[in-house]
Amino acid sequence: MNAKKILLPLTDEIIAGLKAGDAVLLSGILFTGRDAAHKRIVEALARGEAPPFDIQGATIYYMGPSPAKPGAIIGAAGPTTSGRMDAYTPRLLQEGLKGMIGKGFRSEAVRQAIVEHHGVYFAAIGGIGALISKCVKKAEVIAYPELGAEAVLKLEVEDFPAIVINDIHGNDWYRIRK
Amino acid sequence: MELLNLKLTFENILIQGENAMRIRMHSYHEVVAAAANLCREANFYIPQNTRALLEQSFQNEESELGKMVLERISENAKIAAEEQMPLCQDCGSALVFLEIGEQFRIRGGNVIDAVSEGVRRGYREGYLRKSMCHPLTRKNTGDNTPAVIHTDIVKGTRLKIIVMPKGGGSENMTKLKMLTPSAGKKGIADFAVQSVVEADGNPCPPLILGIGIGGGSAERTMFLSKKALLRATNSAHSNPEIAALESEILERVNQTGIGPQGLGGRITAMACFIEWEPCHIASLPVAINLLCHSARHAEVRL
Repeated sequence: MNAKKILLPLTDEIIAGLKAGDAVLLSGILFTGRDAAHKRIVEALARGEAPPFDIQGATIYYMGPSPAKPGAIIGAAGPTTSGRMDAYTPRLLQEGLKGMIGKGFRSEAVRQAIVEHHGVYFAAIGGIGALISKCVKKAEVIAYPELGAEAVLKLEVEDFPAIVINDIHGNDWYRIRK
Repeated sequence: MELLNLKLTFENILIQGENAMRIRMHSYHEVVAAAANLCREANFYIPQNTRALLEQSFQNEESELGKMVLERISENAKIAAEEQMPLCQDCGSALVFLEIGEQFRIRGGNVIDAVSEGVRRGYREGYLRKSMCHPLTRKNTGDNTPAVIHTDIVKGTRLKIIVMPKGGGSENMTKLKMLTPSAGKKGIADFAVQSVVEADGNPCPPLILGIGIGGGSAERTMFLSKKALLRATNSAHSNPEIAALESEILERVNQTGIGPQGLGGRITAMACFIEWEPCHIASLPVAINLLCHSARHAEVRL
């Protein structure tokens, strides 16, 4: 399978060239965030406070790793189910978020917001966290350390494998796959 | 040698009486160590019979993306085993099934405390993610306890421990439905297939389906669906009618096109297991519980 190599951050131009079903290899910076971090970020935005990282142009990876062994960069690092973040995602897309990586289908509201704000949603393969950890070259906690596995990490990844699920044309690979 | 004999005599006490009974003594520490080891083992290795199912799925899968997913699952298993790291960052709630022999005895504490201590130790020492938290404040308990411990009393002197780490992604797709008797087998199969369709890629297919039918009350039905997941992955139900229903559901699920990880393909589930018990005359309860592609579990008999 030929995968497109993509350098992060995502630009409108890169996103315009992606279509549902494409295999990609992502390299560059990702920010992690799960349920608890999303809740805090959206609450911070509602209070008019700055989020813990620049959301403009960012790609968020829905992931909470297992603890790194001594000397390791990170533990297992596969995606969690994206649907749980649906309640917060349109607000972040409105704020300039460009990419999301997780697993599983998104809500109608998220799919529409992806089209409206020119974003893209990728699926990584669930349950292969040991393999994915090998793509992570650097990991650093940048916000909410008290959340433990749910803290926001800044990751530097190389050739992170993913599949385009929702593109700017409104396509949803989970619906057209058959 | 004499010391060893003395120890054996102490650990295997023969009680003379009307019903001579052999009591087998185990130390608290032995149970703690066994449970800790199972937590690590279950998280580091895909069980052998699941590996065979994955291999067979790779042969039968036709979609390119589906085959790619199955390949990556097997590469992941190699890395996890070699590096003794968890297959998945979601190291699960610790589900523990205990079969406690009537003549099994433990000294230095009780078996539930020992298993809980083992879970704490296994998750800490194995660098496994601790995922248990308060349901409302969401504060993490910090050590992956409480474990979910199911106990069964069986004949004999031994203790069997099965540890099944259950990830949130698949567990969130669990469903229970209180069907009524007129729904029959068709109602059960429709409910099971519909549940898999609604779950789509979320529970990390290709799946193992656990289905509970009957039981005198709802929580028993849920338990049966979980117990079904413990069946050896290459065996069909001994009752031909139940085995036929398992095959029918599996076949229908594999016609949905969901495929590995929901990316499209033939293999949405690798096996379907049903456990049943009698139910109330007014009811036909059915529950479905899904296990991800790596079907993590490990067991030991002490």
